[in-house]
Amino acid sequence: MALTGIQIFKMLPGTNCKKCGAATCLAFAMNLASGKAELDACPDVSEESREKLSAASAPPIRPLTIGYGDTAIKIGGETVLFRHEKTFFNPTGIAALINDSESDADIAAKVKRYQKMQYSRVGLNLRPELVVVKGGARLADAAKAVVANSDLSVILYSEDPAALKAAAEALAGKNPLIGPATKANCAEVAAVAKEAKAPVWLKAASMDEVAELTKALTAAGLKDIVIDSGARTVKEVFTDSVAIRRAALGGNRDYGFPTIAFPAEITDNLAMQTAIASALIAKYAGVVVLGDLDGAMVFPLLLERLNIFTDPQRPMTMVQDIYPINNPGENSPVLVTTNFSLTYFIVSSEVEGSRVPCWLLIKDSEGLSVMTAWAAGKFSGDDVGQFVKKIGIEEKIKHKSVVIPGYAASISGDMEEELPGWNITIGPREAAHLTKFLKDYKTA
Amino acid sequence: MAFQIPTVKYSGKINEVPIGPAKVMVGGQNAYSFHTFEGSFPNKPKIALDVWDYDPSEEWPEALRQAFAGVMGDPGAWAGKCVEYGADIVVLHLKSSDPNDKNTGADHAVAAVQKVLDAVSCPVVIFGVDNKDKDVETLSAVAEKFAGKNLILGPVTEKNYKQIGAQALAYGHTVIARTPIDVNLAKQLNILLTGLGLPKDKIIVDPTTGGLGYGMEYGYSVMERISMAALVQQDDNLQQPMISFFGEDVWKSKEANLPTAENPQLGDATCRGVLMETTEAVAVLGAGVSVLSMRHPASVKLVREYVELAYDGGDVKGDLPKVPITEF
Ligand code: SF4
Repeated sequence: MALTGIQIFKMLPGTNCKKCGAATCLAFAMNLASGKAELDACPDVSEESREKLSAASAPPIRPLTIGYGDTAIKIGGETVLFRHEKTFFNPTGIAALINDSESDADIAAKVKRYQKMQYSRVGLNLRPELVVVKGGARLADAAKAVVANSDLSVILYSEDPAALKAAAEALAGKNPLIGPATKANCAEVAAVAKEAKAPVWLKAASMDEVAELTKALTAAGLKDIVIDSGARTVKEVFTDSVAIRRAALGGNRDYGFPTIAFPAEITDNLAMQTAIASALIAKYAGVVVLGDLDGAMVFPLLLERLNIFTDPQRPMTMVQDIYPINNPGENSPVLVTTNFSLTYFIVSSEVEGSRVPCWLLIKDSEGLSVMTAWAAGKFSGDDVGQFVKKIGIEEKIKHKSVVIPGYAASISGDMEEELPGWNITIGPREAAHLTKFLKDYKTA
Repeated sequence: MAFQIPTVKYSGKINEVPIGPAKVMVGGQNAYSFHTFEGSFPNKPKIALDVWDYDPSEEWPEALRQAFAGVMGDPGAWAGKCVEYGADIVVLHLKSSDPNDKNTGADHAVAAVQKVLDAVSCPVVIFGVDNKDKDVETLSAVAEKFAGKNLILGPVTEKNYKQIGAQALAYGHTVIARTPIDVNLAKQLNILLTGLGLPKDKIIVDPTTGGLGYGMEYGYSVMERISMAALVQQDDNLQQPMISFFGEDVWKSKEANLPTAENPQLGDATCRGVLMETTEAVAVLGAGVSVLSMRHPASVKLVREYVELAYDGGDVKGDLPKVPITEF
């Protein structure tokens, strides 16, 4: 729990030596309490105080990283139950379950396919990051087949500590998530994870056992722990997901870790696994594990994840640019609107739906929608006119026509002054009417 | 000490709204969706399928055309098919009445409603085109003609709530109050409608959703905030059950209309559309929605099974749609 400045002050050396940059220890303590300073800035703080202070200032859910390279993902670190209360920080990892009984050739083919599931959207690359390798005897070989044939990161799944050890060694430097630590093998698996300096996951048989295992793993010196409550029904996996998040945010350190959930082990049906994963991406899973990956499953889940983990305080904006839709040519219509991502999405999806090739010009309006941007003076006639001139659309078209949003109708006069010789047409107010509008619209 | 789930102090509950002539109940829950450990859920979420008043074969993707082959030209046959596919509710969209498009009149709307009511006995939503004047014209005619049938009429907005609200009140129908992604506007319209004299068991709200990948998060959070206000802050002007029309957004998106061969990385086209719809359905259910308006029968099957399992527990059974693995 958060400490006050005074509580922190009592644990500092009290010499007011100023090495931390603050005038006094008390001033430094106040800065620490408000998050404006890092404890490391004081070179003289005792080891004991350091431990106490870092434990007290630790986030309620341990943030940790699984994997390596491009597919390394950070999970945990969340602070709220509802995204509108602040934001959800670290998107749920999406994983496929592979059995070590599958041949290396089959594994290679699968992971090569998974690696190609990459989709670009609003300047981001969306993709599944992880493969869970499950088994025993062939765990190390199967894990090697995954990393040899793809850049995907690995979660190891075996209750046999010897198999885990061999596989962890085979994945040295690739930071796999290792487990599960269970009631039966906790000490041995902890030793493997410790030696490999890798994060560990636990699989419990009940919520009480979750706490027993996190305590045991913590006592063994491990910090990066991921929880599987062991739930394997739709109802229980959701309930446990909510329970763990609430307990953690309520300050119960035994549950202050990210989670992993296994739709793959709830049902064989991949479509139902997708539905289960949807609920768990929205409600608190750190990683969801599916039985196999196909674009039809992964793409919707990636979109959901993108939406749910967008910071509500910072609306997504589009880069000011020319966006071609439906392969436009030199006679295609030119539409202009604001850079609020929702505006862009709605307008672009209507234009796509109309099948009419168009140039969509997105003007920076500080992330405001058309009506608000216009009212705030961020979408004035002079502004939009100059923007059309300098964005370089003239080199792509043979006409001089541009369509403005209906809600910004009143800027057309000023735009005409700014763009002599151009035809300014007022488009519909609602994007829903664009299809009909574009059917009749002719450039001049 | 045995682990106990930290509880939320709920102080309110969602009003129960009886819809259709048989008074099918929606709403009534007193906790967040799927939170079965701390609340009661007398009525599971209901699933609606869309019917249009003209044949949209030219606009709808293959996946939907296949599912409704042979019935899309006849609202009655189409509605029957929806019920056969397991829909609890049929939504008849009066799409042809759009003044920006075919601009058919009130008589056309009445005839389409008649066909649907002749074919099915489930609750029926009659949905306009979100044009304030045209919707008043068509929905008023429908309200009067089908007095006492307890149809669900929408969208009712801030701009036409007086006219449509009065018709609903006079002829015994329920309304769908639509507001654009804003908690306060949703609350305001509820206050206006109850101010007209419309009882709270006659109002369902549509806070507007947004498609998966196309701004779903805005509507999602507004719905979560409405749920929170209703259940935890006991705001009795936000305790109406919610409906979401995300199915329309999903199936209009570029990705739901892309043939498999054009981008095999996105998987089988039909399955992709179905799972986009299913994914968004489960997400908005979690945000507190009581009625889902969707389009594909396979999504209905999946979401229905998900809802049963999430509320009643047990293992996945039943014959569910399969995901064909697309190689590329
Ligand atoms: S460096 Fe440490 S001891 Fe010195 S003033 Fe800062 S807090 Fe105090």
